[in-house]
Amino acid sequence: MAVVSAPLSHAGGMVVAPPTLAEPAYRGLWSWFTTVDHKRIGILYGVSAGAFFVIGGLEALVIRLQLWTPDNTLVSAQMFNSLFTMHATTMIFLAIMPMGLLFFNYMLPLQIGARDVAFPRLNAFSYWTFISGGIMLNLSFLLGGAPDAGWFGYANLTTRTYSPGPGIDFWMLGLQVLGVASLAGALNFFVTLVNMRAPGLGFMRLPIFCWMSLITMILLLLAFPSITVGLILLMFDRFFDTNFYSVPHGGDPVLWQHLFWVFGHPEVYILILPAMGIVSEIIPVFSRKPLFGYAVMVYSGIAIGFLAFGVWAHHMFAVGLGAIADAVFASSTMLIAVPTGVKIFNWIGTMFKGSVSFKTPMLFAVGFISMFIIGGLSGIMHASPPADLIQHDTYFIVAHIHYVLIGGSIMALIAGVYYWFPKISGRMMDETLGKWNFWTFIIFFNITFMPMHWTGLLGMPRRVYTYGPDLGVTSLNQISTVGALGLGFSVLLFVVNIFMSLRYGEIASDDPWDGATLEWSIPSPPPVYNFARIPTVHSRDAWWAMKHPERMHLDPMEVTPLAGSPGHGTETAHESVAVATADAPPTVIHMPSPSYWPFLCALGLPIMATGLLLSDSFGPMTIPLFAIPGLLLLIGSIYGWSYEPA
Amino acid sequence: MAQTAVPVIVDSGAPPPVAAEAPLVLEHPHTSTGLDNRKLLMWAFLASDCMFFGTLIATYMVYKNRSLDGPLPREVFDVPYTSVSAFVLLLSSLTMVLALSSIQRGEERKMRIWLSATALLGCVFLGGQFYEFTSFYREGLSLSRNLFGSTFFTLTGFHGTHVAIGVFWLASLVTHSFRGRLHQEHSLLVEIAGLYWHFVDIVWILIFTLVYLIPD
Repeated sequence: MAVVSAPLSHAGGMVVAPPTLAEPAYRGLWSWFTTVDHKRIGILYGVSAGAFFVIGGLEALVIRLQLWTPDNTLVSAQMFNSLFTMHATTMIFLAIMPMGLLFFNYMLPLQIGARDVAFPRLNAFSYWTFISGGIMLNLSFLLGGAPDAGWFGYANLTTRTYSPGPGIDFWMLGLQVLGVASLAGALNFFVTLVNMRAPGLGFMRLPIFCWMSLITMILLLLAFPSITVGLILLMFDRFFDTNFYSVPHGGDPVLWQHLFWVFGHPEVYILILPAMGIVSEIIPVFSRKPLFGYAVMVYSGIAIGFLAFGVWAHHMFAVGLGAIADAVFASSTMLIAVPTGVKIFNWIGTMFKGSVSFKTPMLFAVGFISMFIIGGLSGIMHASPPADLIQHDTYFIVAHIHYVLIGGSIMALIAGVYYWFPKISGRMMDETLGKWNFWTFIIFFNITFMPMHWTGLLGMPRRVYTYGPDLGVTSLNQISTVGALGLGFSVLLFVVNIFMSLRYGEIASDDPWDGATLEWSIPSPPPVYNFARIPTVHSRDAWWAMKHPERMHLDPMEVTPLAGSPGHGTETAHESVAVATADAPPTVIHMPSPSYWPFLCALGLPIMATGLLLSDSFGPMTIPLFAIPGLLLLIGSIYGWSYEPA
Repeated sequence: MAQTAVPVIVDSGAPPPVAAEAPLVLEHPHTSTGLDNRKLLMWAFLASDCMFFGTLIATYMVYKNRSLDGPLPREVFDVPYTSVSAFVLLLSSLTMVLALSSIQRGEERKMRIWLSATALLGCVFLGGQFYEFTSFYREGLSLSRNLFGSTFFTLTGFHGTHVAIGVFWLASLVTHSFRGRLHQEHSLLVEIAGLYWHFVDIVWILIFTLVYLIPD
């Protein structure tokens, strides 16, 4: 155990002395490999997700440039297939999901008043597994061809007969490794949210971002096994000559579609629920009002999570599952619009008659609501099988998913970055550049994807590398391409804003937005141990209640003050409580020690996968040659990890 | 083995006199639910594993009777033989319970015996599965022979892998105890391993019923 001795002097409830580490921690670069601090792991996730987001975005730009004119030859058809496959896989698994993990890691423990996650080393393991899976996927570009069967990898296109190269192997094994990372992360955050809440922080007092994250974790836990099995069957088909997806041997490719979408549809809620949580945090703070209908927000989140498992076959209307199955899945799909709509009305209700201030985080949050409504409405259109059969596999669907994933998830995640950047870095992000970022983003986003509704309804199929001049979609495609370049420029503004603000940004106070939740009660950036004293929670919006107990109809005497900005601890009752509790300040806080075992353990999986990847070129003997050392490293690290004093 | 090098724990087999009255020492820090983090993690993992086996079993059921080629289940299954190995695995759940009960009463020697018995029964089951697999293979059923072979070996193979991991885990606990690091206050470690072990058993009840007992 690393012992952080924090000689705390409580002046008006404020921690002034910096902590000192009792034993030397790893320094420099190595400290990032051994860190188990949820905040540093969160930053690692954020930086990696940002890098993958840029890679995925560049792939999208090449796709758009290829579609600039009819019969373009900028990239080959083969390359185009790889680009759209890797664009989707990268954006979903390597950009949006880990960007959510930035906030899960950094903010969940702070919002629930905890010093770390439940299993700090498992958390590090998740990150290193994630990054090795991400690198594996992208290495395919250099090593014999990237996957080219779409992010959904429909069987039997993915079987050895139709995809002989190593691309699908990289995709399949990379996703398996990423699945392990997701499972470990989901277990960790599930336990953290259920078990590590501060005293008094009951479930119905949890910040709404925590609630949406909790539902996300449950979805991850229950949805991922389905794709894991699907990928295992595919792996057996490709490497061990089984015939799960091979029609001549009695197999059925539709099995893959079921296994994939039983995972795949909850997955879209895995991408959108954290975004909804972030927006639900931002809107109350910038409207100066508690969230409208908190309980209903929670219940509708649960309803979305529950219904998420009953809608998967709406991706498969074109398969021909039969009238009854289509009708059932169409109904459940339309049903899921109800809790989603409830949430939208609650966000609007929160802003209604509030003192709304349109700072950049709020702009992106409101942008999220408006764009998500458009994406949601087109979603209801193709919930109807007859309409879907026309829209299926056209650019109309491309427009829909980008409205919910960019207009939805990514705008909310950017809002989250603007909102929490002061807490993470201790500096404010630039407002002027932020406003430019927002307006260019939303304008170019609509220029890119709004025309695709028409491109699709005019009959342009998606995932085809070019189109004829007589299809009548040339100008629409050119508008989209211009928009995509503008969107790229907007993302560049965002990146520039981050780097400029890190260096030159105005120093942030502990609570720059007058926030409602506990992360704003501690210094910016937070100390290693987060909370000098674990707070006691008496109501929802705990930090607002501590700052303004009279407005929350709470007895000021009951509300313990926290370490926080001195401007708020004005009531005399506060101060007397502060003095009373400061009699026994905690002087030694136990924090988990850094460890290199999670990193080594995470290396085991890609080593095992390497054997399979090489077996194509060097024969089946490479499988045990790499699998055995990889397995030994994995098992050895688990033992090293278990016997290491935490 | 390393256990001879470390001080041997003297255990009369009787519980310490105070242990009967004193509440169990809780090793873990305070949690919101009162449930230990590790135990909650195991429950959550088992929920996820339920979906894993659920999907594998569903795959087996979907492809049932769809093999284009023999051998078919009724030609290779030896239900009395597998019943015995299923009984062995079920019996191991009993010894697992006895192991937990021993450590909760502080009887470390008894716990080691019951844990070893559990691991041994697990090994017997695995041996039985190995024999079954090889005899099926000799009768012409391989992983790639037909859909029955593919689904059967995948499903039961993953179950066997779970049992094997459990055996490793139990063996580690026994070694841990021989080194004198597994006392009454650590009974939770045995309890969590037990949760996993019972789960793997329950899955086998399902597989045995759905795959072997219900005729095609």
